[in-house]
Amino acid sequence: MSQSYDRGTVESFGRWREFSAGMWAWIFHKFTGWILAGYLFTHIAVLSTAIGVDPGSQAVIDGADVYTTTLHGLEALLVVRFLEIGLLAVAVFHIMNGIRLLFVDLGLGLEVQDKSFYASLVLTAAITLASIPTFLGGAL
Amino acid sequence: MAEHYSSFERKGWRWFVQRITAVFLIGVLAFHFVLLHFVNHAAEISFLGTQARMSQVGYFATMWLFLVTATFHGVNGVYNGLVNIGLEGAQRKVVAAILTIASLLLIVQGTRVAIAMTSLF
Repeated sequence: MSQSYDRGTVESFGRWREFSAGMWAWIFHKFTGWILAGYLFTHIAVLSTAIGVDPGSQAVIDGADVYTTTLHGLEALLVVRFLEIGLLAVAVFHIMNGIRLLFVDLGLGLEVQDKSFYASLVLTAAITLASIPTFLGGAL
Repeated sequence: MAEHYSSFERKGWRWFVQRITAVFLIGVLAFHFVLLHFVNHAAEISFLGTQARMSQVGYFATMWLFLVTATFHGVNGVYNGLVNIGLEGAQRKVVAAILTIASLLLIVQGTRVAIAMTSLF
C-alpha cells in the first residue's frame, strides 16, 4: 500500500532551505527557461534591423547598413559581452538539465537524478568558463 | 488510495510536443551558439555574411524551424510555469490567448526577418 505524503505546494519557495537537488533543478530550469523565452523576443527585435536593408546597396558592401552597424554597436559594449556570457551559461544549463529531464521522462537514471543535476551544473560552469576568452575577444 | 500530486495532464498533446521540440532544440541551439560565437565571431557578423548563410536552403529551413520550435517551447514553457503557480479559470484562458497571439506575432516577425536575410526568394 503506497503512502500519502503531503509535500506542500511546489511554489512554496519560503521552504527553500528544505529543497532537494531535484527541486533546485526544477527552479533553475524554470528560471533559465523564462530568460531564454524573453531573450527570444529581444533577439528577433534586434535582428529586425535586417528588414529594409537593400542587399545590393553600397552600404551593405561597406558594412555600413543598419543591421551590421547595430550588431557591431552592440558588440562594442563590454556589458553586452558579459550579458552574452550569462546567456551562454543559461542556455547551456537549460540544455544539460533538459537532457537530464528527457532521461527522467523515459524513466532512465532516476536513482541518480540528483547526481545528474550536479553534473549539469559542473558541465555548465566548465563550458561557460572555457568560453569567456572567445566571448570577450576584441572587447577588452 | 493514496493521493497523487502531479501537474501532468495525461491527454496533453502539449506535453508531448514540448519534449519533441526539446530534442530538436538541444541540437540546434548548441549549433547556433557554436556557429555564431565560435566559428563566426558575433562581433564580426555582417549583413553579407548573414545573407550568405541564410541563402542556403538547408540553413534557412533549419533557422525557420528553430524560430517556430523555440517559440512554441518557450511560450508553452512559460504557460506551464504559470499554471504550476496556480493560474486557472478565466485568467488562464486570457493568458493562453495573449501568449498564443504573442507567439504568432513573433513567428510572423521572425519570418519577415528570415526573408529579409535571404536571397532565396
